[in-house]
Amino acid sequence: MAALLHSILAFLQASWVELLCGFLIVLVVPLIAGYVVLVERKVMADMQARLGPMRVGPHGLLQPIADALKLLIKEDLIPDGADQLVFWFAPVLSMTAALTSMGAVAFGPWFQVARDINIGLLFVVGISALGPFGIVLGGWASNNHYSIIGAIRSTAQLISYETTAGFALVSGFLLSGTLKVSGIVEQQRADQVWYVFLAPVGFFTYLVASIAETNRAPFDLPEAESELVAGYMTEYSGFRWSLYFLAEYANMIVVGAVGTTLFLGGWLRPFPNVRWMGWLDAMPAILLAGTGVYCIVRAGRQPVKVQSVFMWAVAAACFVIALLSALVEIAHVANAWKPAAFRPPDLFRFLGAMHSGLYGAFWFVLKVSAYIYIFMWLRFTLPRFRFDQLMRLGWHILIPLALVNVLGVGVGLVLKSALGWSGALAIVAMLPTTVATIVVAVFLIRWNDKYAVAASASAAASPSAQEDFDAG
Amino acid sequence: MLDRVIFFSFAGIAVISALLMVTRRNAIHSAICLITTLLATAGIFLQLRAEFLFISQIIVYVGGIMVLFIFVIMLVRLDVPLPRVRSRWRQWAAFFVALAVFLEAAVVLLMARKTPGQGLLILNPAAADKLPPNTEDLAKSLFGTYLLPFEIASILLLVAMVGAVVMAKKRTDAP
Repeated sequence: MAALLHSILAFLQASWVELLCGFLIVLVVPLIAGYVVLVERKVMADMQARLGPMRVGPHGLLQPIADALKLLIKEDLIPDGADQLVFWFAPVLSMTAALTSMGAVAFGPWFQVARDINIGLLFVVGISALGPFGIVLGGWASNNHYSIIGAIRSTAQLISYETTAGFALVSGFLLSGTLKVSGIVEQQRADQVWYVFLAPVGFFTYLVASIAETNRAPFDLPEAESELVAGYMTEYSGFRWSLYFLAEYANMIVVGAVGTTLFLGGWLRPFPNVRWMGWLDAMPAILLAGTGVYCIVRAGRQPVKVQSVFMWAVAAACFVIALLSALVEIAHVANAWKPAAFRPPDLFRFLGAMHSGLYGAFWFVLKVSAYIYIFMWLRFTLPRFRFDQLMRLGWHILIPLALVNVLGVGVGLVLKSALGWSGALAIVAMLPTTVATIVVAVFLIRWNDKYAVAASASAAASPSAQEDFDAG
Repeated sequence: MLDRVIFFSFAGIAVISALLMVTRRNAIHSAICLITTLLATAGIFLQLRAEFLFISQIIVYVGGIMVLFIFVIMLVRLDVPLPRVRSRWRQWAAFFVALAVFLEAAVVLLMARKTPGQGLLILNPAAADKLPPNTEDLAKSLFGTYLLPFEIASILLLVAMVGAVVMAKKRTDAP
């Protein structure tokens, strides 16, 4: 027993930083997911020319906290005919998978729980693929027809689009030559180009597949509220329902992080090797100060006194954080500038050492936010697919396209290394195969349209074929 | 010591859920138990520093095949308990097959234990940080040393898949 305690203590001593990081993720991600929901509602309101949540806090800033409280004190129902244990367990499974997969994501060069594991990004993808089990089992355990249809749709969708996502990732891994998260990002720095420019088709297929995997509109068939009430979570309420909800948004963050790391340069700022673009490092401070100024401008126009006070407080917080990040940047520059007589004070050296971690995290979060914004944009722009359209898109267009793309990237890679080009020239070297892949995509789409027209014409001509299909 | 505790908990979970998988009457419950077994086995792989095997077990078996299993179970409504099939002949057959497998495993393990280093058990493995990264090693042997067998196996699988599709597909030209 003593030996066991001793080894546990040794383990804690060796890896307390990682454990602390993991704890931080579990604490902070639900909060961030809540605010992503708020942002989504605001974006939706903006696109539909209304204001969105405005009541709780200024501009609805405290809405997520109010929602969370409401969900926590709601009644937690378990239906009579439900499979109790599975019903209880399923939402937990979804949430656990989403949070665990974040363990290998690097939020900047410093903040990563499972530092430098060799399978890196594969771990994130593999563990987050367990999330749909929560959806499937929850839908089944509810003992409700709508739920089970949602669950079946979810599995079919997962099987169809997981392959595409896998092949898109393969095209990225071919370019980076490693699965390690830090290795992928550093390789993009060495190649002097983000992989989205070398494999644009790969990025596009990953984007589509990741929307389908997170069950977001236009691929939200498992919960299609106009057909299936709420799909797999029809019977869920209160806290369990909110676990599903949080898992969906946490999964968005995960796929955003994977896409960012592999295709958008991870935590690197734009043009990381170009000296004179160094002014981009001042962006966090400028953006935050700008937000603060905007808050001050808006503070006078708040309808209630409390809200304008709150607005001032937000502005002050923005200014303080902007000042801190500016200090870090100044310290970093001062440390780099080393005349013989000048020795930077200790505080400056401490602040300068924080530079890479802080600024890496800033660019990473910015890119993930842009990725999630694309998700929202598509959700409010495109109508939902019909199920046969979804399957046809997956099997007839995306999977062949992803396969051709892997081949194209391979050929382009051989060409690039034979010519020894890098940076902007690498894009030129990859261009022929990229163009060829896009031509294949156009061909696939046109061929598929023709096929779809022919199929619907024959179905209309002979109703027996349709009955055959319905019968199975 | 901690290693041993982690190993035995993974192994215990694997064995217990494998037993549950066989004994549950409900097909979905059996599937859940099988998933648990596979995950616990993946955990043991990870403890053996075979991280690529760990993740491919999760991606291929748990994330792919088990999702397909559950899809089929739900689609054909196998989730209502089946009637018990009683057949004396089948029970005896199952008993002898199980006995043969256990005997085989016992013989192999005993022989390996008699000549350490020659059999399955490597008694003094290298330290965790001294082991070579096995993703790269696996890639080198699959796409370098054993390229031809690998390609032949994949073509065989492709042929099997196309054959299955052709045989399962309904004839559309029939009247």
